Amino acid sequence: MVLLALGSVAVLLATAALGAMLAEAVRARLIVYGICLFASVALLAIALLALLDVSPRPSVTTLPLGIPWLGAHFRLDALSAFFLAVINLGAAAASLFALGYGRHEHSPRRVLPFYPAFLAGMSIVVLADDAFTFLVAWEFMSLSSWALVMAHHRVVDNVRAGYVYLIMASFGTLALLLTFGLLAGPDGSYTFGEIRGGHPSATLAASILILALIGAGSKAGLVPVHVWLPLAHPAAPSHVSALMSGVMTKVAVYGFVRIVFDLIGTPAWWWSMVVLALGGITAAMGVLYALMQHDLKRLLAYHTVENIGIIFIGLGLALAFKAYGMAWAAALALTAGLLHVFNHSVFKSLLFFGAGSVLTATGERDMEHLGGLIHRMPQTAFVFLVGCAAISALPPLNGFVSEWLTFQAILLSPQLPSWGLKLLVPAVGALLALSAALAAACFVKAFGVTFLGRARTPAAERACETDRFSLAAMFFLAALCLVAGILPGVFIDALAPVAEGLVGERMPVQGSVDWLSIVPIAESRSSYNGLLVFIFMVLSGALAAWAIHRLASDKLRRAPPWDCGYPDTSPATQYTASSFAQPIRRVFGSVVFRAREYVEMPPPGDGRPARFTVQLHDLVWDALYAPIAGGIGFAADRLNHLQFLTIRQFLSLVFAALVLLLLVLAIWP
Amino acid sequence: MFDLGIQGAQMLLVLLLAPLLTGFTRKVKARLLLRRGPPLVQPYRDLVRLMRKEVVLAENASWLFRVIPYLIFAATWVAASLVPTFRTGLLFSWSADLIAIVALLGSARFFLALAGLDVGTSFGGIGSSREVMIASLAEPAMIMIIFTLALIAGSTQLSTMAGFLVSSEVGLRVSLGLALLALIMVAIAENARIPVDNPATHLELTMVHEAMVLEYSGRHLALIELSASLKLLLYVSLIACLFVPWGLVPSGAGLGLLAVGLVAYIAKLASGGVLLALFETSIAKMRVFRVPEFLGAALMLGLLATLLLFVSRSL
Repeated sequence: MVLLALGSVAVLLATAALGAMLAEAVRARLIVYGICLFASVALLAIALLALLDVSPRPSVTTLPLGIPWLGAHFRLDALSAFFLAVINLGAAAASLFALGYGRHEHSPRRVLPFYPAFLAGMSIVVLADDAFTFLVAWEFMSLSSWALVMAHHRVVDNVRAGYVYLIMASFGTLALLLTFGLLAGPDGSYTFGEIRGGHPSATLAASILILALIGAGSKAGLVPVHVWLPLAHPAAPSHVSALMSGVMTKVAVYGFVRIVFDLIGTPAWWWSMVVLALGGITAAMGVLYALMQHDLKRLLAYHTVENIGIIFIGLGLALAFKAYGMAWAAALALTAGLLHVFNHSVFKSLLFFGAGSVLTATGERDMEHLGGLIHRMPQTAFVFLVGCAAISALPPLNGFVSEWLTFQAILLSPQLPSWGLKLLVPAVGALLALSAALAAACFVKAFGVTFLGRARTPAAERACETDRFSLAAMFFLAALCLVAGILPGVFIDALAPVAEGLVGERMPVQGSVDWLSIVPIAESRSSYNGLLVFIFMVLSGALAAWAIHRLASDKLRRAPPWDCGYPDTSPATQYTASSFAQPIRRVFGSVVFRAREYVEMPPPGDGRPARFTVQLHDLVWDALYAPIAGGIGFAADRLNHLQFLTIRQFLSLVFAALVLLLLVLAIWP
Repeated sequence: MFDLGIQGAQMLLVLLLAPLLTGFTRKVKARLLLRRGPPLVQPYRDLVRLMRKEVVLAENASWLFRVIPYLIFAATWVAASLVPTFRTGLLFSWSADLIAIVALLGSARFFLALAGLDVGTSFGGIGSSREVMIASLAEPAMIMIIFTLALIAGSTQLSTMAGFLVSSEVGLRVSLGLALLALIMVAIAENARIPVDNPATHLELTMVHEAMVLEYSGRHLALIELSASLKLLLYVSLIACLFVPWGLVPSGAGLGLLAVGLVAYIAKLASGGVLLALFETSIAKMRVFRVPEFLGAALMLGLLATLLLFVSRSL
């Protein structure tokens, strides 16, 4: 099984080379994305077969690559299979989308070689079974995605995004390198099998947890190490943005789950406090950042931060339950988190594809320049609306199911004996509820300002519907949002072997529940049936429509808008993204972003226009990153003097250094 | 089959009673202001008249604008027919628990806010943007209230909750009191009542709900008005079934008991309407930016109630 998977990955790597050779050819786009599509579908099929296997035994292999005495170990167990499926579902959709979207690429040779390499890198990360292979694949994934971020390197913002991304990615890999160094211990047992056998001491395990949170968390986008994400994800071409946001962040979640749930062993109770607090803060901060944006792709990227927070809340609860031996509750929390991994990868890819279609149709990412696209791009608008409803956790779509399961897991937590958790979990629950409500507000804004209303610029007025490949990819994902929402039991059952492997228990079998409901614990406690809710809604809506059109009136007349009698023809009088978010900015932003509004009103008789300015501060950047960057700049300035010394001064410097080192050696015991 | 009949009766009952509750509240309010007020059946007449009229649609309204009234109506009706009114253990009550019911109302609001933005007028925008601001605080407060009740009853299922709360082992609890207070505050905000919003206003700058539906007319407006009435009925029924569960008939009861339950339910609705009217006439509408403080208080009450239960199961 794992050999088949590696074969498909090899095909992707070969495609990368092919892409480099063919890049300027006319049909290169079709060939490269076509092969990627097939390879991803093959990998998806392999992953699903491995996940749904009735007698799950991990498939392992060792290839003579990498360090000679270590080799490269690969393993396909339930956890890898689940994440391999998520990655390649996203990859297949992105390749299908790119078959059409790639036509608008100005410099294909900056995209085509790196795209298959990026896909291959992500798949190898989840297949790796030793620290060396894992880290090499991780870095390969980071660098190939960095190359894709820099595809449009003439845009000034993208250069900065690439720079910040490169620094944060290196920093994250460094943290992971140290994580595995500590895990391997002094004997250097680098295969995951040996690491599982070792039992690190409590302090060592704690440092491993912190390092893993920094390493995997910076790639996933946990606050405060999220800063690169909203810069880098929007800078890449849209199908790559979808992969980075929807899929690569999930590879980071995989890294965290693999290290913390599988490799370290039994967790201490306070670990969950750290993870839960970070998750709650990330969820709330991510959505508040998103609400302040008016760049469509950046808004979506910040929403990824929010959803990562929701996933980490699920994982944190699972850790807490696992630490106290409540395996069945841990299985529920873990399943909720992992189901959200899948759900988010589906609707976030869909939304980025929609943003990409808007970008090619209008050349605009700024929502303030869009509007009224529902008339010009009705199909894109429809699927984007499905994505918006799904990410806002509205029933009967899929986002609701995973948040509902997380709420159910929170309701089990009073049984935890620790007082710290008793006080923290309700607060995290409130943050989760707050971020869910704010997410709905944010997507009313994203959809309403972009697709509804009147066109704000000629570019938005001239937009036309996107191509068939892109539409096919988007409709596929939208259908998946609905299917996963109305038949969640199938997906929960598929996650059972993963939960069993990591916490030793699984959720009750959902396939045998009547009427395809989901029942996480017992029917008297809670149950939800997306299918029935969906059918009821369709029936009652249809009944209302039929009754009114049949029995009352179905006449309709078009007229100018009413608007209380003062309709204004200028589209500039509509609400914009910024004005829509103004009440929320006033409620939350004055604390979180120190938002200030300034009105500059010229005196009567003065012809100058009045000006209204809003000032926002990114406090995480100001408090954490600006001092570090300032410190490095200061040190570099001081060290700069060393470049302008005379030869005598250089020689004495070298001599002093030598003496110092010899002294250290002499004193060293 | 009998259960199916009860479920069907419940669906029809909420649909038929909803405009009456709205009319009743208006009537009581008018009487308190020493006016005569419109007759009780006026909301029905309004609905029928609106349904018969032609729709005047703004020129640049999209297909979504025409679909949304049906979506809102469907979501609200489904939610309202899953709240126990006179009998617990409805046939389909397990298909959505209280969290799902609140989320269904959230869907309705999501689409209504989109409708406000569709025509591209400034009044629609003002309504939508204020509505989502209110919702961003009311929804988490509601979730915290659900947490409180679910932790006491050990279930998020409404029928189970009501069955547990009517039993003798509950008694008076601090957390229940806090949750009731918070739920009333949320219900007032959710139904666009004074002091958060004024259902009777057409003074442009104070509208929230009315501003969003400004462009609707004819049958579309009728559906939205009906949904608003249904939502009011839903919240009154919810408060009644959770905090005044006496008279709620358990499943398996005979026809005689059902009649008693029905009378009790109508009495509860009427007292709910009177209390709402009393409250609305005795208080002034607050400024829009005072609303976050009002709802923030509800959120804090809900959080406090949940926290108390995490600390001790008996508080």
